[in-house]
Amino acid sequence: MAMLTDTATPDTPTEAAGSHEPRALARFATTLAHILSTPLGAIGLLLAMLIVLTALLAPLIAPYDPTAINVKDRLADPSLTHLLGTDQLGRDLFSRVILGTRTAMTVALTALATALALALPLGLVAGYGPRWLDGPMVLLFDSISSLPMIMLGLAVVVLIGPGVPTVILVIVLYSVPSYARLVRTQTLSLKSRDFIKAEQAMDAGTARILFRHLLPNVIGPLLILACLDISTVITLEAGLSFLGLGVKPQIPSWGNILSDGFAVIRKSAVPVVAGGVPLVLATLGFTFFGEALRDALDPRLARERRP
Amino acid sequence: MREQPPLIEADRLSVDVPGRGLPFLRRAPLSILAEVSLTVRPGEIVCLIGESGSGKTTFGRALLGLVRPSSGRIEVDGVPLPDFSARSFRALRRQAALLFQDPVSSFNPRQRIGAMMAEPRAIAGVGSTRLADIVALAGQVGLSERFLARFPHALSGGQARRAAVARALSVTPRLIVADEPTAGLDVSVQGGVLNLFLDIREQHDTAFLLITHNLSVVRHIADRIVILYLGRVVESGRADDVLRAPRHPYTRALLDSEPVPDPTRRRAEPPVIGEVPSIARRPAGCEFHTRCPRAQPRCRSEAPVLADEAGGRQVACHFPLPGAVSIPAPGRRMAKS
Repeated sequence: MAMLTDTATPDTPTEAAGSHEPRALARFATTLAHILSTPLGAIGLLLAMLIVLTALLAPLIAPYDPTAINVKDRLADPSLTHLLGTDQLGRDLFSRVILGTRTAMTVALTALATALALALPLGLVAGYGPRWLDGPMVLLFDSISSLPMIMLGLAVVVLIGPGVPTVILVIVLYSVPSYARLVRTQTLSLKSRDFIKAEQAMDAGTARILFRHLLPNVIGPLLILACLDISTVITLEAGLSFLGLGVKPQIPSWGNILSDGFAVIRKSAVPVVAGGVPLVLATLGFTFFGEALRDALDPRLARERRP
Repeated sequence: MREQPPLIEADRLSVDVPGRGLPFLRRAPLSILAEVSLTVRPGEIVCLIGESGSGKTTFGRALLGLVRPSSGRIEVDGVPLPDFSARSFRALRRQAALLFQDPVSSFNPRQRIGAMMAEPRAIAGVGSTRLADIVALAGQVGLSERFLARFPHALSGGQARRAAVARALSVTPRLIVADEPTAGLDVSVQGGVLNLFLDIREQHDTAFLLITHNLSVVRHIADRIVILYLGRVVESGRADDVLRAPRHPYTRALLDSEPVPDPTRRRAEPPVIGEVPSIARRPAGCEFHTRCPRAQPRCRSEAPVLADEAGGRQVACHFPLPGAVSIPAPGRRMAKS
């Protein structure tokens, strides 16, 4: 994320003059200050950090092995030994939630980063490339988007079998067209703007126009969309797992916790809540963070907010 | 000055916008510019004058290949461009700079002014992009160092205009094409920008093509004038000659429509009748006849050619005004048909 932030922040005269590191650091600091300057941005950053840290340190935090089955202790109420109680197989729910964070983040970040990396060049080519290429590319994007998500998932699972890589592949396949279309639309509207015409009049090369002038102006809206999508992707992973198309049942994931809890909801509501609350927190956190990031990366909005 | 080959010469340059739609059902192409010829010599300031929609902005862009000309020829230093591909325009783009009507929109909203000023040097790989040199460049247009770290939207109209000029100057172009360089500026700032242009010409022998409808700009700065009506040249010539004694009724009308701060010279009637016709439906014959106070039957059927006259003037009119013969007295109205 920090890497993307850097490319999106504007160039400075000194950058043109050659010294990179101190400026990049200063830019990162200003972006951070912008995000923290609004309550929602601060909450979003806090939640996002909390979730990312939990995911990174999951094995250290979790008190039990999240896959250890203990049928004698099944559906135990929350207590000091089991902070969130246990599920229908007696597995410690707290440990499963913590390690589920890791699964969620792995799937979401890998899938979204891959999707962005593929969608950016595709969208730029469709929007700025030769005109004859635009039509076929849009047709391709629309064709993929028109497939129902679950159908696509089923097809991929039949082809390569269930598992985390399959979930990631399905999400990438499904999100690349929508990102690429956003990039294309942005590129098309920027292409006729005076500053791009000015670059052409200065005899700037296509690569320069694409990467120095179009990309920084396109990436802002794309980042916010990606941050908003983190929550969707986590939900998708849960949905696919629920159908048995995603993460294998023994692997802790919020989706698996939710679907397990759903089966025993008449006996105990704790598993559903334990699986749902982190999902809600992640959704809110990444949404707020995404919006704050967008505002911080747009110099015009930033100026208005800090007179 | 006359002996040198022109820095740039447009010869019967036309721009058409192709009709949209299915083949055979497609509308006829729209002719935005029709055979416009114009030359700019080194160090010369040429003003291209016309109403909104006369194609003057399109001409400036077509000259640099931002709009693809549909026919005609462009010569640089007497050497014609082989075709109108982007490759052919490269050499020309490196020698010319384009100033946009809205300077703020001509800057990348996410780049600071200083980086934008260095942009032409970075592209050409010529000249220094070191901070000190960019500060010096900004100094040439009267901008201080603190503006360099600003974003385009944080500049005033005059500052943005100066920044755009500084960007243009950074590779010392031989030609600056300026589209409405005084639009949206206070009168005092307008004068500053024009004087800046004159200074630039003094120092670098830079030629200018100013695209404007502001006649006080023209009076202040122009060496030669070209007047466009519906994408066609109706009159051209040395600025003094044309301003003092216009030959085409349209030029006369443009000059008359300029407000004069003198209550005794109050205008009795509007100098031009009606609205500008649409380029989609160009009038037959002389395209100005629908609004011309001197129109005759011949004007409705036969299009006048742009005829050369003494002193490098050109007029496209069947019944030109006396022009150089007598200097019209102030407040004189043109003859009515």
